[in-house]
Amino acid sequence: MRTSTRPRLAVAAGTAAVALVAAGCSSSSTAASDESGDGEVTLTVATFNEFGYEELFDQYMEENPNVTIVHRKAATSNEARDNLTTRLAAGSGLADIEAVEVDWLPELMQYSDQFVDLSDPELEGRWLDWKAAQATTPDGQLIGYGTDIGPEAICYRSDLFEAAGLPTDRAEVADLLGTSWEDYFAAGEQFSAQSEVPWFDSAQAIYQGMINQVENAYEESDGTPIPLADNTEVQDLYEQVLAAGVDDGLSARLAQWSEDWTNAFQNDGFATMLCPAWMLGVIEGNAAGVEGWDVANTFPNGGGNWGGSFLTVPTQSENPEAAQALAAWLTAPEQQLVAFQSKGTFPSQVEALDSEELAGLSNAFFNDAPTGEIFADRAAAVEVAPFKGPNYFAIHQIVSDAITRVEVSQTDDAASSWTKAEQAYDELGLS
Amino acid sequence: MSAPAPPAPRPTPVRVDERAFSHRLARLDMRVSPYLFVAPFFLLFILVGLFPMAYTAVVSLHEWHLIGGQGEFVGLQNFADVLGQPRFLTAVRNTFSIFLLSSVPQIVAAIAIAAVLDQNIRAKTFWRMGVLLPYVVAPVAVSLIFSKIFADQSGLVNALLEAVGVSPVRWHADPLASHVAIATMVNFRWTGYNTLIFLAAMQAVPRDLYEAAIVDGASRLRTFFSVTVPMLRPTIIFVIIVSTIGGLQIFDEPRLFDQNGQGGADRQWMTLTMYLYELGWGPQKSFGRASAVAWLLFLIIVVVGLVNFVLTRRIATSGSAAGGRPHRRRAR
Repeated sequence: MRTSTRPRLAVAAGTAAVALVAAGCSSSSTAASDESGDGEVTLTVATFNEFGYEELFDQYMEENPNVTIVHRKAATSNEARDNLTTRLAAGSGLADIEAVEVDWLPELMQYSDQFVDLSDPELEGRWLDWKAAQATTPDGQLIGYGTDIGPEAICYRSDLFEAAGLPTDRAEVADLLGTSWEDYFAAGEQFSAQSEVPWFDSAQAIYQGMINQVENAYEESDGTPIPLADNTEVQDLYEQVLAAGVDDGLSARLAQWSEDWTNAFQNDGFATMLCPAWMLGVIEGNAAGVEGWDVANTFPNGGGNWGGSFLTVPTQSENPEAAQALAAWLTAPEQQLVAFQSKGTFPSQVEALDSEELAGLSNAFFNDAPTGEIFADRAAAVEVAPFKGPNYFAIHQIVSDAITRVEVSQTDDAASSWTKAEQAYDELGLS
Repeated sequence: MSAPAPPAPRPTPVRVDERAFSHRLARLDMRVSPYLFVAPFFLLFILVGLFPMAYTAVVSLHEWHLIGGQGEFVGLQNFADVLGQPRFLTAVRNTFSIFLLSSVPQIVAAIAIAAVLDQNIRAKTFWRMGVLLPYVVAPVAVSLIFSKIFADQSGLVNALLEAVGVSPVRWHADPLASHVAIATMVNFRWTGYNTLIFLAAMQAVPRDLYEAAIVDGASRLRTFFSVTVPMLRPTIIFVIIVSTIGGLQIFDEPRLFDQNGQGGADRQWMTLTMYLYELGWGPQKSFGRASAVAWLLFLIIVVVGLVNFVLTRRIATSGSAAGGRPHRRRAR
């Protein structure tokens, strides 16, 4: 009898193993469905870094007992972006509300049919015009509600200014820095005549500030890329920033976010830097213990914006109306002010920018600068909404790399690095 | 495999049938069950290994966008595009440079350390576990630590170099310097792992061979090269093949070497897998070209793996013919 049971067992074990594998493959397709009867809805909200929404979710659930909010928080924006593009391509798995950064929008605009049109006459005028314009497709679809923005001012070290015999008072410094890039570089010359410390941290960062003021930097408004070899406007900025940063020695020649850049805050690495509202937290963290940082209420050549986010509702959502209602509530001025107080995300709503709460805000680390007022002014000064088409970041990366080659790695001079950039542009195969 | 059928005394006709059936089952068992037992692995392999490979080949022949999905059939255009980009050659150069700078010293060091650990030393287990410690550290953590050590201006290595009067090395600008820095991270992580593999193989070397060598009056060094190394031949081949596969696919360490993760402004340390990632998920979002790179990388690994296999066999065979074999014969 023993001999006859063994093969059966073996065959059974074999088939069981095979069946197990097969079962393992199929069981994942039945994902939990959120919908149940009697108006109960579960909404998932995917964010990254810090949006400051935790308390607001609790408040919303209290006011709307039929809604349960599940928060999916990614640690970094890159992680969130990978997740978004992958699931967008897969056609399932996205949250009901997906937070997106302004930088991803040009690409997502190409797939605007994957997002619910959030335009709502009642909400018109809630955001700064240029903020709403960023998330509006050419045919008028609004794919995201604005959350925060990054209006740019100039942060400076008043102690280093004093040592170089320059004014230190916020208003006087704003006058000194002037209203154009030439003025800003000239002030740098004046400073470096009296000081060993470089004027700014990174030419690449300055270029970032400059290019955000150009309406059609790399592409025509219909999305046609401008060949880099013919793009004299960009080439002029490229040469101007390298002449000031490298030839005139104004730059500390650091790559932003690198180890050396972070450490430079602790040992007088540079005297000024362009700072969007969210950069204040970064400076405070990196320069802990350093006294003398301050914010001047000015920005060369008008205003500039760096960064900011939106809330979108993908068409994959099973409850698009409920999701849209929640997104609209979260991005209302009152709620964004709460988020701002919680995590410092600077609001993009006109009403929030005019509010008493914002105006009364100051920052102790920056010599009690009235940061609320300064950045509200800076946000109002933004005039140009640069066109960013599907190829904007590909081309921007190429020019940024070209600057870094000359400035930081010093493997090329301005001319040879530009030749490499033109070559890299050709490799994109756009035309 | 199956036990011989128990001797049954004089079966009746009915039992003959039964026996024939069970006999057939037993034969079926012998023939089929081994395949059934290994089937799960091959099913999994087909599912997560072979199918993706074939699918990648299909993707590489199409225009294929990360979000947009499948486009036109373009034949070998993606391969032509990739091979026509100077960056592909840069990536090949970097990959091989980092691979050689990491694998060669790593294997030599691993054999040496294993030889030391194979001696009669105190607290054996402590030292053996000690060499494996770096392997436990996550690659991302390793990269974080080493980015502080290899920072261009504020790094530890450059500070030490300056202290002894050597001009600082520009780790993030010069291609070769960046490769050395990245290879250091790889070596830090993998040397201990390979050491343990070699150590295990060394302990399997019959001790009478060493005794014979001692009787013959061979020095320690001679014993190492004429007995230990030839006996390690299969292990060395295994380790070299594995580190070829791993080394040519290196991604984590170079990607985390700076804050942008693109391999430098001039792509000084962009490896093939990083290039693949940049094509697929970077600005071009072209899965077609990324898949073409994946296939080219696969072919490169196969070729290099074969070359390594042949080379190691040659070297190790000639080594053992010179020293190992005679000892062995005498010992037996």
